[in-house]
Amino acid sequence: MKKTLSLALAALWLVGGLQAQMPKARNGVFAIKNATLITVTQDTIVGNLVIRNGLIADMGAAAAIPADAEVIDGTGKFVYPGLIDGGTLIGLQELRSIDLTQDFEEVGDISPQMQALTAVNPNSALIPVNRAGGVTTALTVPSGSLFPGTAALINLHGYTPEQMYAGFKIVVIEFPSTGRNGRFDRRSEEDIQKDADKKVKQINDLWDEVTLYAKIDSAHKAGKGEAPAYRPDLAALVPVVKGEASLLVEVNAASDILNALKWIKEKKVKAVLTGVAEGWRVAKAIADSGVPVITGPVLSLPTRDSDRYDRPYANAGAMKAAGVTVAIRSSQAENVRNLAFNAGFAAAYGLGTQGALEAVTIVPARIFGVDKQIGSLEKGKVATLFIADGDPFESKTQVTHVFIGGWLMPDDNRQLGLYREFLERDPGLKK
Amino acid sequence: MKNILLFLLVACLVQWGFAQPQTGDLLIKNGTVITVTGADLPGTDVLIQKGKITRIAKNIAAPTGVKVVDATGQFVMPGIIDAHSHIAIDAVNEATSPVTAEVWTGDVIDPYAIEIYHALAGGVTAVHAMHGSANVIGGQCQTLKLRYGQMDPKDLIMEGAPRTIKFALGENPMRVHGTGSGIHPSTRMGVEFVIREALSQARNYATAWTTYREKVKRDPKAAPPAYNERMETLAAILKGDIIIHCHSYRADEILMLMNVCKDFGIKKLCFQHVNEGYKVAPELAAFGAGASVFSDWWAYKFEVYYSTSYNAAILTRNGVVTSINSDDAELIRHLYHEAAKTQRYGGLTDNEALRLITINPATQLGIEKRVGSIEVGKEGDIAIFSHHPLSVYAVPQMTIVDGVVRFDIHTDPADMRLEVDPKEKITPTLFREGDQDRCMQDTEFIRQ
Repeated sequence: MKKTLSLALAALWLVGGLQAQMPKARNGVFAIKNATLITVTQDTIVGNLVIRNGLIADMGAAAAIPADAEVIDGTGKFVYPGLIDGGTLIGLQELRSIDLTQDFEEVGDISPQMQALTAVNPNSALIPVNRAGGVTTALTVPSGSLFPGTAALINLHGYTPEQMYAGFKIVVIEFPSTGRNGRFDRRSEEDIQKDADKKVKQINDLWDEVTLYAKIDSAHKAGKGEAPAYRPDLAALVPVVKGEASLLVEVNAASDILNALKWIKEKKVKAVLTGVAEGWRVAKAIADSGVPVITGPVLSLPTRDSDRYDRPYANAGAMKAAGVTVAIRSSQAENVRNLAFNAGFAAAYGLGTQGALEAVTIVPARIFGVDKQIGSLEKGKVATLFIADGDPFESKTQVTHVFIGGWLMPDDNRQLGLYREFLERDPGLKK
Repeated sequence: MKNILLFLLVACLVQWGFAQPQTGDLLIKNGTVITVTGADLPGTDVLIQKGKITRIAKNIAAPTGVKVVDATGQFVMPGIIDAHSHIAIDAVNEATSPVTAEVWTGDVIDPYAIEIYHALAGGVTAVHAMHGSANVIGGQCQTLKLRYGQMDPKDLIMEGAPRTIKFALGENPMRVHGTGSGIHPSTRMGVEFVIREALSQARNYATAWTTYREKVKRDPKAAPPAYNERMETLAAILKGDIIIHCHSYRADEILMLMNVCKDFGIKKLCFQHVNEGYKVAPELAAFGAGASVFSDWWAYKFEVYYSTSYNAAILTRNGVVTSINSDDAELIRHLYHEAAKTQRYGGLTDNEALRLITINPATQLGIEKRVGSIEVGKEGDIAIFSHHPLSVYAVPQMTIVDGVVRFDIHTDPADMRLEVDPKEKITPTLFREGDQDRCMQDTEFIRQ
């Protein structure tokens, strides 16, 4: 009996030890008590916020704390909706220099059927590191060709891509660029223009093909004629051509933005612009088009040596002032956590704190059509939110709790774990 | 005739005058002065005369002819120092041999580079213009002052700054020479061997010269050893005349270089990047080696997969002289923000965080008696911010080098290029992540 007991105790100790080593997310009923609730879409209130069944069950000064709730003291703390990064490659890249760990770029110019969601690695070490800063949701985007694939909105928690999927996908086009691709692009100006012209022709030919494919497909579905040939690339674009699904248009140079807007209008495409580094140059044209923008990274160099040094910082603010709908992206894999700081810089250089906060919460939620679920603190919305001891854009601020879909994320990630192990290494200098 | 001679004499003097680094006089009034080495001083004035800080006090009356800057409500800190940069030089890697101690970045200074102005607009006043990381023992580096607007390359050199040299461990030299050319090193074993071989040869070289110098006293016809610039440089390292700044990532290779240095009696050592420095922080502290790190860069290659953004905090708390560097023309524009990240990742105090970009990099470059803090007698290198520089809302207002205003947010025109090509058609450059990292510039021929 004694032996059994000690064995059971040992087993319990072992399980406990393992749990301590590998903390997991927990769901349940949580009540954040007496916190400042930054709703983003409504007034800021001091009160309680109750999480049940993955949702914000109740919130406000009068919200009662349920008896079965695990209470988190929010006194002096702030609750924010989870930050949404409008453009990343998280889950698609583990190491930037090792191709074998990269899943964002397929072979060929036109492959819109390639699904980012398929290749998202739920167990990437990058994910817990990055959500610790309050980024809960990110668009993960294929890149590297004319139609590199279909991007997916994911929550930064889950054991399968399906568990992570946040309910939005979008086909990507890298609009033909007349800019230089970084410092080492040594093509002549003529060659850059030629390459861009060639790609424009490619797109227009493709559009004709998709239109024809859609016609044949519709006729077949209506019982007339044969089924079209197996063309997953064209099939992926049919909803875009029909205006049923939107298209994510990566475009940056001013003249390219204008060309893209013209093309979007001509083809009657429901578009979202992304990148838009020189948006400030043509802000009025973008505003007039009504096409929303996901811009970033904010922390980047001016596109022209003749430009004022702070143009990239001020770009988001300048576009918003002109009437453009602006969300912000980090364009990162390993440092998606810097979304908050990108927003902070945009805030300091004209966007303002509220504008910047919207640009990483409710605005991208609306662009992605998920604003009924996430992007603000509202009763009935999904409990994807975080608690911080201050303004999340300030480097000094600590994010203390992160909830995704009502699950409380473990207070652990590789970088934090290394800190805990090595701050006071044992053995130290002498063993 | 006399007039012409006089004119020529004056012209020469003017020319000579322009060829000197300019200094200036300035009175910065009523800011919160963050001295870094002492207490913060609210509502205090800083007087700079002939490029040097001459007084720090309240209510200093402006001496005649001295320009006054009103810093009321603003924060006045020492100019930021970047211990790892590749701006303002137009070649980075002499990637032709695993050892190229004979070359020097001071020979390729580009005073026209707009990056210099971008850095100034982020409060940076001095940079360590480093050779790249292609070679195990790379070229000599040069500490520069960002005197943007002075056209003579040598006027950017921080005169009197100690000599430094770049070493590089791990993947970069292994890839360039081992994989690229099939010579040592292709492993971290080879990296150690290359260093030990070069330093041993240098020791023999130095001995040969010492022997010769003794011998020639007795025998004027004694033949000297062959002069070799590479060996001269390496011998100067052994003598303690050059500080090693070593690109490194993994704990094992960091320990390796400290062991090699101990064997050769080398004490002046600062590790660069040193992403796994946190693992060997007690060893680094015991050696007295510096660590110049990124705030949060990781996962850009395998040797930085096990990094932590808490690195600077762990190193600092273990007593290692630590700095935050940029290595990058974009990051250099917000080193104040990079330093601030150590408050999120490890909770460093304001003073600990600001030391990472001021007095600590100055110490690592051997210029801590001249710059890196606001003290009487130090050089007038100052950055003025709208908010506390560790706030994300801080906007740099003015940057001063040797008392000369080199960046002014209110009066500078948008286009600050010093040289404009009238035939240039404007093609915007669109940067992707990692594009600006120039540590491996000039090695594309090998990488492709």
